[in-house]
Amino acid sequence: MTHQEALLTLTLRLGDDPLILGHRLGEWCSKAPILEEDLALTNMALDLIGRAEVILRYAAEVEGKGQTEDDLAYRRGERRFYNHLLVEQPNGNFANTIARQLFISAYESFYYTELMNSKDATLSAIAHKAIKEIKYHLKHASDWTIRLGDGTEESHHKMQEAINELWMYTGELFETDDIDEQMSESGIAPLPAELFGKWKSLMIDILSEAKLSLPDEGFMQTGSRQGVHTEYLGYILADMQYLQRAYPDAKW
Amino acid sequence: MEHIDHLKVFETKIEQDINIEAKDWMPDDYRKHLIRQISQHAHSEVIGMQPEGNWITRAPSLRAKKILLAKIQDEGGHGLYLYSAAETLGIGRDELIQQLHDGKAKYSNIFNYPSLTWADIGAIGWLVDGAAIVNQVSLQRTSYGPYSRAMVRICKEESFHQRQGYEIMAKMMAGTAAQREMAQDAMNRWWWPALMMFGPHDTDSPHTGNAVKWKIKRQSNDTLRQKFIDKTVQQAEVIGLTIPDPDLKWNEEKKSYDHGEINWNEFREVINGNGPCNRQRMSNHIKAHEEGEWVRKAASAYSNKQKLRVSQ
Ligand SMILES: [Fe+2]
Ligand SMILES: [Fe+2]
Repeated sequence: MTHQEALLTLTLRLGDDPLILGHRLGEWCSKAPILEEDLALTNMALDLIGRAEVILRYAAEVEGKGQTEDDLAYRRGERRFYNHLLVEQPNGNFANTIARQLFISAYESFYYTELMNSKDATLSAIAHKAIKEIKYHLKHASDWTIRLGDGTEESHHKMQEAINELWMYTGELFETDDIDEQMSESGIAPLPAELFGKWKSLMIDILSEAKLSLPDEGFMQTGSRQGVHTEYLGYILADMQYLQRAYPDAKW
Repeated sequence: MEHIDHLKVFETKIEQDINIEAKDWMPDDYRKHLIRQISQHAHSEVIGMQPEGNWITRAPSLRAKKILLAKIQDEGGHGLYLYSAAETLGIGRDELIQQLHDGKAKYSNIFNYPSLTWADIGAIGWLVDGAAIVNQVSLQRTSYGPYSRAMVRICKEESFHQRQGYEIMAKMMAGTAAQREMAQDAMNRWWWPALMMFGPHDTDSPHTGNAVKWKIKRQSNDTLRQKFIDKTVQQAEVIGLTIPDPDLKWNEEKKSYDHGEINWNEFREVINGNGPCNRQRMSNHIKAHEEGEWVRKAASAYSNKQKLRVSQ
């Protein structure tokens, strides 16, 4: 694989996570438990869409075919999306959304800390800006994990169930393939597998403070590195891409 | 007699345009009027998030999605400022929300209309926020301090809302035939409801008397409506949109536009619960509130435990 091809796949992977997660968080609008949380969740959506925009813009530049970030977001088919399966999972109840956010934000906090040192100046600059937002998202998710885990019996139960249900999507975060190896050798991006230890010990800390238990390793879902997704992604894209697909000549 | 002195102090302040503050004495009816008006305003900000939120997942570009998300967050923030302003009058947010769910408190009628196409997001920002601004600018001079200060903060953000809505309409009018048709259709559907936002004609307005005397309301419904029409007609013309009112014409004598008859029957029907979305808006709000109860309970249980831990 050429350097350019590997970098393109890497940037699509990095851009698609915030794009799809931002979509999911945007679905919370007017549905959150309190107004303050409605604002917090859509505010995170805004951070994420902003990050997706700059990364996909860079992906389009790397690709060099004259596409824009919007072309990549709105005209790509689902088998060419590379976000982790975790972020396309439905919002579920508030605990499911918090568990999803906890897993991904903790992962991103380690990944983007490394990415700040990337030899790729664009990715390094993106990481410097993103890390502040990611730390806030992580704090928000861990605060709620603790509140719900150590709140009422009902909330404890719901939070534990959410952790258990989404656990099988966490293995994928640390999958490491040829592209990651190549990018790591060029000093562009970290190896996801190497982040697992830190991530797990952070999970142990937060979940124990929340009086929740860490699930066993167990079976892990996989597929997104090759663009193979759960059925949910197709509906997300149908929604997201509707106007661009229905009116291909229009500019918005 | 002490009571009479209080009233006199109050009336003197009103007369001299000195703000009434939360700790000041005020007549019961003044307090009641404010609670009704501020809570209606707060609920409007919050319910108004629904028709716009309807397009977050379908916004046609990343930039458009960011702008819409930011705009809706502003509106939620306005709701928070206004709930706080209402709280200074001695009523809690829970009770205000309960009144909304019981149908005792209202919200702006405009949000009982559906946002059907992307152009509606343009029309809402341009026309609905545009109408709201006219009203809110006037309310910056309202006599109750916390309400007036909330209006000052809100007005700073509102002009961005109107601009982004107008930008959506302008882009669509400069686009394909399908986009122009969509934009004009949105204009046709939102124009009259936007005019109704100012409420009944001055001659039929039930709350005006005291509100004017106490300077809660500084300008009349018809005055504000006229301001809105006069600034909006030209904006429509610039981008090629037609105002759906065959009777609209410039009146050289009064230096403003005359407009056609507003359909007050429709206005009353929507107020009475028969708008296209009344049920949907309220059931969404109630559903989210009920589904969130366990979360709110957990948060307060956790914070009680923390207080106990600290005190031990
Ligand atoms: Fe507002
Ligand atoms: Fe607004």
